[in-house]
Amino acid sequence: MPIATEFEYFAPASVRETVGLLSKFKDKARLLAGGTDLIVQLKEDVSKPQALVDIKRIAPLGGIKVQGKFLRLGALATFTELIESTVIKSKYPILWEAARTVASPGVRNRATVAGNICSAVPSLDSAPALLVYEAVVVIEGPKGSRQIPFASFITGPRRTVLAKDELVTAILLPQPGKHCGAYVKLGRYAGEDLAQAGVAVLADAKGAIRAAFCALAPAPLRSAKIEALLSCKKCDAAVMAQACALLERELAPISDIRSSKEYRLHMAGVMLERGLKAACSRLKGEGPDYGKHLI
Amino acid sequence: MKKTIHFKLNGEKTSMDVAPNDVLLEALRANLGAKSPKCGCDRGDCGTCTVMINGRAVRSCLILAVEVEGCEILTLEGVSKGRIAALQRSFVKHNSFQCGFCAPGMIMSLTELLNHKPTPTEEEVKEAISGNLCRCTGYTQIVEGVMDPAVSKKR
Ligand code: FES
Ligand code: FES
Repeated sequence: MPIATEFEYFAPASVRETVGLLSKFKDKARLLAGGTDLIVQLKEDVSKPQALVDIKRIAPLGGIKVQGKFLRLGALATFTELIESTVIKSKYPILWEAARTVASPGVRNRATVAGNICSAVPSLDSAPALLVYEAVVVIEGPKGSRQIPFASFITGPRRTVLAKDELVTAILLPQPGKHCGAYVKLGRYAGEDLAQAGVAVLADAKGAIRAAFCALAPAPLRSAKIEALLSCKKCDAAVMAQACALLERELAPISDIRSSKEYRLHMAGVMLERGLKAACSRLKGEGPDYGKHLI
Repeated sequence: MKKTIHFKLNGEKTSMDVAPNDVLLEALRANLGAKSPKCGCDRGDCGTCTVMINGRAVRSCLILAVEVEGCEILTLEGVSKGRIAALQRSFVKHNSFQCGFCAPGMIMSLTELLNHKPTPTEEEVKEAISGNLCRCTGYTQIVEGVMDPAVSKKR
């Protein structure tokens, strides 16, 4: 299918140039990185920009590297780069596990993590892991650079705090302490499917638990109440029953073509339990390898 | 406004005039006669349009032609240049395709896998083609085609 909208194409060489273009075209410009989401929107006339700003030629936006206390994922880092990164696999295994569930290799070779969070869809696979790792988003605009916690980056379905003349240049991951975890994704089949529900669990050596969810509310979310309930406890049937009751209040799934809200909510409890079990047994050096389907 | 872009297609220097909204898949097929990538879903779901850019299997229906300036593109025509590749021969032997519509995309995805892992496990093969749909074979024959020792030995 051809793209009906006619637009100008720019491939700026710097962030500053990009911000200039965004300031000039305002909401008539769209940023292009991997394009796996954007090109579909263009084909379907959901998006009709006047300018397309391809940021792939901006070298400083690439790569995964240590920057001070953080690991910096450049805006151009693809899911494949994440999966192939030994630092991600060893230090941020939950993010590694989540990256492997995103679509299929042909999409992951192109799709970027930054693009994923900017799409801000509720089923965002990278979000639960970024939430439990307390990621920070680096944003560049005409007034310079600002950083905000990923937890407040997404404001609703397909909505973020980004102004029209701003772009995400990197995602920063703080150094986590010793921990294990899991990302549990429910899809209708392996490969290519969006999440019907996604749950990330992080358990640290002291027994503290972090838990975050996607496709279970208008925006991905981390739940302090669930974490308080589960931290430093033996997760027996009684605690899990309390957790499931709490999930009903904390989450707000919808019914859509992929599943009903009742099913999503029920599975959230099942997935939370499996994630917890996997995380805790991985902490002991047992449990399934990262990347094994837990559901 | 059209723009001339330069890149390599199957090892040969190529250029073409493209509009900003031209999609790579159509440009390859219509302008350059590379007909192996097929348009199945046109929205990134089926993998029949798979080509390699700089050694990575990607979906040409989700890429604009202008984006490939300076890149190296490989299509099935390039993989089988001059002779049929071992994987293709194995596909014939194992009946790994029926209508054949998915086959070029399958072979491109699998070529990327084999380049990185010359002797993949069955699970890795399934993962590599998890984004390539086939409506005919039921996939078993495709996996068998890759697992044939002739494929890994040849490489
Ligand atoms: S035609 Fe490109 S993925 Fe289906
Ligand atoms: S052989 Fe017909 S689609 Fe695969």
